[in-house]
Amino acid sequence: MVEKPKPESAAAPLERIPFMQRLLDNPFLLLFIGVVVPTVIYILWGVMEITQIPLAK
Amino acid sequence: MSTAATESDYIGRLATKFRTCPATGLKVDLAAERLIKANAVAAVVFLMIGGTFGLLVALTRWPAVHLLSSDMFYLVLTAHGLDVLLLWIIFFEMAILYFASAVILSSRIAAPRWGWVGFALMVVGGLMTNVAVLQGDSSVMFTSYVPLKAQPHFYLGLILFAVGALIGCFIFLGTLVIAKEEKTYEGSIPLVTFGALTACIIAVFTIASGAIILIPTFLWSVGYIANIDTLTYKLVWWAMGHSSQQINVSAHVAIWYLIAAVTVGAKPLSEKVSRTAFLLYIFFLQLASAHHLLVEPGLSSEWKIVNTSYMMYLAVLGSMIHGMTVPGSIEAAQRKSGYTRGVFEWLRKAPWGNPAFAGMFLSLVMFGFLGGISGVILGTEQLNIMMHNTLYVPGHFHATVVTGTTLAFMAATYLIVPLIFQRQIIWPKLARLQPYLFGLGAAGISVFMMGAGTLGVARRHWDITFPASDVILPYGYPPIASLMMGLNGLSAILAAIGGALYIAITVGSILFGKKVDATNAVASLGPMPKKIVHEAVTKYGDAGTWHLPGTYVLVGLFFTTFILYYFVNWKYLSELWPMQ
Repeated sequence: MVEKPKPESAAAPLERIPFMQRLLDNPFLLLFIGVVVPTVIYILWGVMEITQIPLAK
Repeated sequence: MSTAATESDYIGRLATKFRTCPATGLKVDLAAERLIKANAVAAVVFLMIGGTFGLLVALTRWPAVHLLSSDMFYLVLTAHGLDVLLLWIIFFEMAILYFASAVILSSRIAAPRWGWVGFALMVVGGLMTNVAVLQGDSSVMFTSYVPLKAQPHFYLGLILFAVGALIGCFIFLGTLVIAKEEKTYEGSIPLVTFGALTACIIAVFTIASGAIILIPTFLWSVGYIANIDTLTYKLVWWAMGHSSQQINVSAHVAIWYLIAAVTVGAKPLSEKVSRTAFLLYIFFLQLASAHHLLVEPGLSSEWKIVNTSYMMYLAVLGSMIHGMTVPGSIEAAQRKSGYTRGVFEWLRKAPWGNPAFAGMFLSLVMFGFLGGISGVILGTEQLNIMMHNTLYVPGHFHATVVTGTTLAFMAATYLIVPLIFQRQIIWPKLARLQPYLFGLGAAGISVFMMGAGTLGVARRHWDITFPASDVILPYGYPPIASLMMGLNGLSAILAAIGGALYIAITVGSILFGKKVDATNAVASLGPMPKKIVHEAVTKYGDAGTWHLPGTYVLVGLFFTTFILYYFVNWKYLSELWPMQ
């Protein structure tokens, strides 16, 4: 019995792109991360600490 | 997409003029090429100005010479910092961003007219700041810490320069979008472009931080704001001041991969690993700014340690990955070319006569051994107390920015001149010598300043002698400190000769170099084992081997040095306040 050829989409299902590759291929998401991480950990946290220093009397 | 936008894209494509590079086969957008040329030329001009100021600084700090008066010393030191740490580096980085996007992706550049607006702002800003400094009322150092007040046009020039650079970053991102839309590449962007993207991202954070602090400081200088908090200024300023040097790190690592790919056909050992190392930069590299604030009493140990000891080490991990994968990829390519005898034949037979390769490899080694290790020492809160505000700090950043970045950019120039300016390098024998002269001089500057800093010599000080006739509390450093400063001066002269040679070769090649055409295009790139430009520059792909005995020996040597030096510094610390 001759097997019927499968439609192309069924023969080669689209491979799911891994999360890390999707991250690395998205320049604007990387830009967001690269700006937000240092802004929060370095600048905002630092400024919050400075604002809590008591003023000299 | 709207019809108007589609028509605009279509007109953009039609209006773009390309040439095909005879060496690489890449399509080069002529508008991008003109922008690369303009930014590279501006970079070299500011290197020449800033480098001359640097020589004057070193000759003044040499006690036996002590060239300039104190007023002139601080003026020249301010100009030196601005011209080389900001202007030379960022102009050249703009050239790299345009090269890594439009040229490597064979794409048309986004909004080239805006590229010229950005370039004009950068030139006007750079000149304005230089004029402010040379007028003599703005000797506030590169850091311009408040309450030291410069003339308003000092800050305005920096702001204009930053806005211009920001435009360049968005043109780079726009070009990535165009290249993807127009399918000029398949799959992921090449690794060199990914490295440039990392530099661009850090640049956006850097410039935004600069705007946050410099705009109010400008308003303070003209009298609209009464007061700027000194600690807040330092905190936000260093998000610009130190991160601007992290743009360099990402850019010069991208250059290492580019030169290794062009000269020996090196493919990354693992694209995934190298990209992850760049990702570590994107997440964590900017946080190293905190090491400048490790002795500030107003900030908590938690903030300091999270930003430096924890997060910074993840960025250091990224650098160590690149430090292994770049020589590893060269070894893999060389072994594939037949250099398989022993552990180091691949290294002995590397194209050391090609100034691009020699400069790149020297940059890689010295950045790792001198800049990387000393950076970890400065980033360790306990050890930092020994070196903070000593000459160790400029010693460290001369290792990263001069032996690392500047040498890598000089090496890249030996490819950019034939590929983009389409001129052969004049004086090839002197060009071969140039990276060694400059590299040796710059390494000497770094080592001897770090040596003097370890002995406690203060940075930014006109005179390291404190005679009883001049000061209330006379103090003398150990005599060897004077020797260190003398050797620093000699090294600066050697680096200046190497730098002058670079400028003479570059300018001479652009003006008088033989025209590059299809017959001599590959030969113009200098000696290369394969005599072709490998597709590794533009294509995604791994080297496919981990048989790298020579690289493992080099990495072992690096770690041994790192561990020994790290613990030697802890020993110094234990002797700082001896228990009686």
